[in-house]
Amino acid sequence: MDTFIQQLINGLVLGSMYALVALGYTMVYGVLNLINFAHGDVLMIGAMAGLTILKILNSVAPDLPGYVKLGIAIAGAIPVCMLVNVIIERVAYRRLRNAPRLAPLITAIGISILLQTFAMMIWGRSPLPFPQLLSSEPIKLGGALISQTQLLLLVLAAVSMIALVLLVEKTKIGRAMRATSENPRIAGLMGVDSNKVIVATFAIGAALAAVAGVMWGANYASIQFAMGFMPGLKAFSAAVLGGIGNIYGAMIGGILLGIIESLGAGYIGDLTGGFLGSHYQDIFAFVVLIIVLTIRPSGIMGERVADRA
Amino acid sequence: MASFFDFDVKNTPGKAYSSMALILVVLLIFPFFAAQFGNSWVRIIDIALLYIMLALGLNIVVGFAGLLDLGYIAFYAVGAYMTALLASPQFAALLESVINQYPVFGEFLVGVMGPEILANGIHLSVWLIVPLAAVVAGLFGALLGAPTLKLRGDYLAIVTLGFGEIIRIFMNNLNEPINFTNGPQGVNLIDPIRVFGVSLGGEPGSRATVFVGGFSMPSVNAYYFLFLFLCIAIVFVTIRLQHSRLGRAWVAIREDEIAAKAMGINTRNVKLLAFSMGASFAGVAGAMFASFQGFVSPESFSLTESIAVLAMVVLGGIGHVPGVIMGGLILAALPEVLRHAVEPAQQAVFGRIIIEAEVLRQLLYGLAMVLIMLNRPSGLWPAPKSEDRPDGDIDKPAPASGVIPA
Amino acid sequence: MSEQIILNIEGVNKRFGGLQALTNVGIKIMKGQIYGLIGPNGAGKTTFFNVITGLYQPDTGTFELAGKPYSPSAPHEVAKAGIARTFQNIRLFGEMTALENVMVGRHVRSHQGVFGAVFRHKAARIEEASIRARALELLDFVGIAQFANRTSRFLSYGDQRRLEIARALATDPQLLALDEPAAGMNATEKLALRALLVKIKSIGTTVLLIEHDVKLMMGLCDRITVLEYGKPIAEGVPADIQKNKAVIEAYLGGSHQ
Repeated sequence: MDTFIQQLINGLVLGSMYALVALGYTMVYGVLNLINFAHGDVLMIGAMAGLTILKILNSVAPDLPGYVKLGIAIAGAIPVCMLVNVIIERVAYRRLRNAPRLAPLITAIGISILLQTFAMMIWGRSPLPFPQLLSSEPIKLGGALISQTQLLLLVLAAVSMIALVLLVEKTKIGRAMRATSENPRIAGLMGVDSNKVIVATFAIGAALAAVAGVMWGANYASIQFAMGFMPGLKAFSAAVLGGIGNIYGAMIGGILLGIIESLGAGYIGDLTGGFLGSHYQDIFAFVVLIIVLTIRPSGIMGERVADRA
Repeated sequence: MASFFDFDVKNTPGKAYSSMALILVVLLIFPFFAAQFGNSWVRIIDIALLYIMLALGLNIVVGFAGLLDLGYIAFYAVGAYMTALLASPQFAALLESVINQYPVFGEFLVGVMGPEILANGIHLSVWLIVPLAAVVAGLFGALLGAPTLKLRGDYLAIVTLGFGEIIRIFMNNLNEPINFTNGPQGVNLIDPIRVFGVSLGGEPGSRATVFVGGFSMPSVNAYYFLFLFLCIAIVFVTIRLQHSRLGRAWVAIREDEIAAKAMGINTRNVKLLAFSMGASFAGVAGAMFASFQGFVSPESFSLTESIAVLAMVVLGGIGHVPGVIMGGLILAALPEVLRHAVEPAQQAVFGRIIIEAEVLRQLLYGLAMVLIMLNRPSGLWPAPKSEDRPDGDIDKPAPASGVIPA
Repeated sequence: MSEQIILNIEGVNKRFGGLQALTNVGIKIMKGQIYGLIGPNGAGKTTFFNVITGLYQPDTGTFELAGKPYSPSAPHEVAKAGIARTFQNIRLFGEMTALENVMVGRHVRSHQGVFGAVFRHKAARIEEASIRARALELLDFVGIAQFANRTSRFLSYGDQRRLEIARALATDPQLLALDEPAAGMNATEKLALRALLVKIKSIGTTVLLIEHDVKLMMGLCDRITVLEYGKPIAEGVPADIQKNKAVIEAYLGGSHQ
């Protein structure tokens, strides 16, 4: 039972990161009907930027408490990621708004490759160690252990998601986003500048990915130029699981997927009589994706995609 | 580019055949010419030919039928690992692991197959391996394509990507408890190809030289001719498919699936055929790869490779066979060429290597995809469109927008 | 003209969520007729079309083509059974030439597969030649033979419409179902379309037609069904339909003239 709770907590932590990235995918898909294939790499850029900031902090102000340093790293990574995502939208996706179906997806793949290549050039190819800034003294929770970093991650994820919900439900830009997501043309007739909305969508998604990226680094203690690809894919699966275009769906889908993956990896040995081991962990996300798309393509909470007739 | 070489067999057969003959001659002479500069050039083209085979296969799925398969390399892996299992000592390792895990069953298998197999593994000849690879990969193509039939474009891409990854993960981990694939270490000692008693890997001790009749040539040259032959065969099959009832059905599905269904096309079956045919080409290429390299490991079958092949198809001209060949040649050979040229150049100018060849390769692929999609979506060498007007035609339709319907 | 019933459909109901799109709609078309389906916007004409041709699944209904029941479960099965349709927003295979478009129409009446494609044995070559010949014939029939090798998306609107009809005819249909073929046409083009439809009737093909241009319909159709809010409100020859009070009210919302 202790293992169960431990896996559950691990799953929650993992799922929170998936949720943050899934939100980016789902929001962009909601307004543009486009899978921003490169979004996982934005997570990587966040982690790399965060690491660079931490290195600078360590040489300039090494005595700051760990929390503060992490906070500054996140605060610094956010604008970097936002800039990257907004540039990508402006330079690449905007010109393909009305292009036939394959073009935007292929372009997105190309952008993903370019992001990884630039990261390779700037930060090198080998994995980079991410400093452990919080005490490694774990906290006991239920029958399981949770590290301070993981706890911080959960808190940050929750805060981010609440902030996002408030933004979307209570602010003018949020209303504009919801309107554009439902019907861009009508929203335009009501005075909503769809370009501004789309830029905002990309920026917000990037900010969330930045948070997830820095915390990913903090949690796993190691980052690398290719680290964004798998989490990105899984986060997309989570978004589909929850209902593409639906931000509550993305949150629920992300957390659910994290838990499924964690429990699955933990118990797969027992389930398959030793034939499959925990190395097969990555498969769960894909299996979930395929099952969802086959049985209930609109996801748990129903999809919300723009009416682009 | 199209005006010098003309392949229009119907309208200008003379020019078409002489163009083809000219190219054939160049292709046949090439290795002897290139050998002056060292074997590595021929080796590069050997690999490029494999990639061209892959690109032609993917072209059927993406180019003709419009199905964006991002997991295509899985079929390459299937062909390669199948060869690894059936033309190397690996099967012996597999049997051993069966005996360790399930002794009774293992002993039974040895009894049926003979202790020879336990000692040396299976070593099928290339004449069996190639068709087997085509068939098995084709089956996988249908298998992995089936769940995607109802999905729209971008979902199909992600799901196929997922399948590609799943296959790679399995290849990486199917070494316990039964050793199918030998895990991350991969399988080596794969037999080189043996045709008519001659091993293309060269006789032992001859420093990879192949003796045919009275001639000798380096092993890479021998493989060059084999791969060239296979490539030409695949081009032939592809073009025949393109100009047939099935080829038209594929393009119809790509252009407008609803209209295709309304015209009586069973889109489910036709799509499965596209997956199968494309996959079977990849399977054959994979078998060749395994024998050529003598060694396979899961690293060679990552998403990066799937995307590389896609980039070739996109760069050259989605759906247009000559364009795809050109795209394959450029993206497969160019990085290697650059490696030989750019790294020494950077050394000379800067004193150190700023951009490694590997990074350059990635950069090229990414730029190719982005720039082409933004500026010339139909590729560098797209199919010519017939806008010819008969005389006295007064209705002039709007000029083409330059963006292909994918 | 034989008295054979080509299309016999009864009792079609179709609901989309809260909206009852079709209520007890039926239709009976005799061989060789041009049969019209008219009604105000939103009456359910295209919905009915899509049900008949397998794009939507009906809640209830019986479907018979040339006396044999058919199941409108999948569009390609419907085409195979013998109903060919065109679309309100012309759906051509844009990158293919006009000739190739019509050749695709022959797909359902031919059967060469991978083997025939690759090896081109005698039977395959014969079939391919006959497909091509028939396609050229049909292009000529509709009047665009000179554009056979032009990429179809470069054809003029009127010619694209003709091409779509030729493609549908290539499937050797028992019933040709046209969804607003005159949409977007000027008076001259409509006259040409009318002439083509009369020509199609003259070779014995049965036609079902949705249209908004009431004048065109009255002059062309043998019989007409009128739909309003998903219900049939009148059925008969054009002369009777024109005088029918319910029809007049449906279109004009009150008495007129």
